[in-house]
Amino acid sequence: MGYFEGFGVTFRKLLHGGDAGRVVTVEYPKKKRAKAIRLHGRHVLNKYEDGMEKCIGCELCAGVCPARCIYVRGKDNPADDPVSPGERYGFVYEINYLRCIHCDLCVEACPTEAITETKLFEFSFTNRQDAIYTKTELVVDDDGKPQQLPWEDWREGEDVHTSAWMRATAPSGAAEFEGRVSWAGELGYGVREPESGQMVDIPEVTADQQADDPEQQVLHGVDAQTHGNIDPHGHPLSVDAEVASE
Amino acid sequence: MDPLFNTGLSPSVVTVVLIKTLIVFAFLLIATMLMVWFERKLIGDMQNRIGPNRAGPWGILQTLADGIKLFFKEPMVPERADKLIFRVAPYLSFVPAFLTFSIVPIGGIFAPGHDGTVSILGHDTYLQLADPPIGILVALACSSIAVYGVMLAGWSSGSKYPLLGSVRASAQMVSYEAALGLATVTVVLTAGTLSTHGIVAQQAGAGPGDILPNWTILITGFVPFFIFFLAGTAEIERPPFDLLEAEQELVAGFNTEYSGIRFALFYLASFMNTITTSGIVVTLFLGGPAGPLLFGPDWIWPLIWFFGKVFVFLFIFVWFRATLPRYRYDQLMDLGWKVMIPLALGWMLIVAAIRIASDRGWNLVLVVAIGGTTLVIAAALLGAARRTAGQRREEELQPEGTTS
Repeated sequence: MGYFEGFGVTFRKLLHGGDAGRVVTVEYPKKKRAKAIRLHGRHVLNKYEDGMEKCIGCELCAGVCPARCIYVRGKDNPADDPVSPGERYGFVYEINYLRCIHCDLCVEACPTEAITETKLFEFSFTNRQDAIYTKTELVVDDDGKPQQLPWEDWREGEDVHTSAWMRATAPSGAAEFEGRVSWAGELGYGVREPESGQMVDIPEVTADQQADDPEQQVLHGVDAQTHGNIDPHGHPLSVDAEVASE
Repeated sequence: MDPLFNTGLSPSVVTVVLIKTLIVFAFLLIATMLMVWFERKLIGDMQNRIGPNRAGPWGILQTLADGIKLFFKEPMVPERADKLIFRVAPYLSFVPAFLTFSIVPIGGIFAPGHDGTVSILGHDTYLQLADPPIGILVALACSSIAVYGVMLAGWSSGSKYPLLGSVRASAQMVSYEAALGLATVTVVLTAGTLSTHGIVAQQAGAGPGDILPNWTILITGFVPFFIFFLAGTAEIERPPFDLLEAEQELVAGFNTEYSGIRFALFYLASFMNTITTSGIVVTLFLGGPAGPLLFGPDWIWPLIWFFGKVFVFLFIFVWFRATLPRYRYDQLMDLGWKVMIPLALGWMLIVAAIRIASDRGWNLVLVVAIGGTTLVIAAALLGAARRTAGQRREEELQPEGTTS
């Protein structure tokens, strides 16, 4: 057909026949695309299942923030009505979204998985005051879900995986966790299977393989440790000790 | 001549002319509006997109919204522009686009026994704004004047890219006007008249074999039609010949410095030219409003035939744009000067020879054979000349000390 083949191509697309003629436009405000599994949206401050806040006011997130957009002030927990299980809690927590670059370094720095990033990014505030999210706006509700603010556009189901927590660097200084990713599980909301390329990639080790492949043995051992380090409720062990030493 | 003026001028005759002018004016504006929408929607479909869909149902009011926006935008005049010419140029582009359509017959029954007259306010008249004796030459003249709009716009902008765009545009339009004119000459030869009304009347009725219509496209053997259509595409700078506004090279070509309502005029003119050129092609080659009258009122069928034929060409123009990449400048000039003009000229000579032969009663087969052989030899000689010239040029371009 030579020169005229192109006319056939465009005409078939006009008729929307087959996959080649599929309309690729997503009518955005009406429909939304599925979000990437590791999308960095706005933050939430998570709670434990018993309603306690995870934030212990240690200010590591503020310290690591390259954009200097986080402002935290810690305070001793009231003895009769503690806010967090630790000694202290964050009583001021503000994030300025005009500055935040969503690098997730705060999430990695947090020793208690208190701050995580949701998949929500569609907010259009109209003044600087709204751009600064305070603690009342950041903290999750009793079900572990983020609060919907008037200028945010998100719909049913978009708030899942709010507590997704990516452990890209070694937490607690344990070198075996280097490069491993896992998801935190607070309140059972946002808990999910590990991504492919993480634990799934580790091949099932049979008994005789284990004997003659020392490298596989090590990997298998680390896998066990990952599960062992976080208890079923998502409470990381040995947090209290770190806070106490602060 | 339009029978409207047979009885001299009277107030009612002037009224008829005014009504026709208003209708054509309004029709062209609305048609252009719909054409812009149609093109954007269709090309969206052809590119796996949706196209405009916000203003009105299916986005049909998108052009209106764009027009209102452009109207209220600030029209800027560059400091180094030639201010007067800069302001006049859009109208030089816009007015010819309107004028050309005035000679296109859009309705009226053309059949044996009917010469396309209709009765308005008790006056017999043609369903076209004007039927001057020079007829189709008006269209050629208007397309020549449109060159000035484009050229002066680029020149008066006082800016580099518009100037480059307008230099390209004027060279392109002047080159293709020759091919356009030669294809038109073939039509005029067969029709025996310059008047567009006469050309359409000539095409009404049964043609070859009493089955096919008597359209010029068949009588002249397709070649002038293709030449006219392609040269017309180049003349109105539609893709694939839109290199005067090649975005990748020239920002937007001659209208880079234009904004607001002046830009809207250029935009409008370019889409209006698309409609007008389709109308002229239909008039010259496809019998205009001529066609069989089926059920229902008789007066409606010529309109349906005319707009149906025009619509096919509008579709093809958009299809071209969605499919073909842009020509390179030297390819464009090659096609114009070395292929289309010689071909149009040769074909015109053959058609003329056949006319004379049938008038004088010569042997038609012999005439066609001799004419065809002469043209083939001429084409071969031209091809040889082109190849030799190309080789010479390449040898000159060779760096010293190397051999090809």
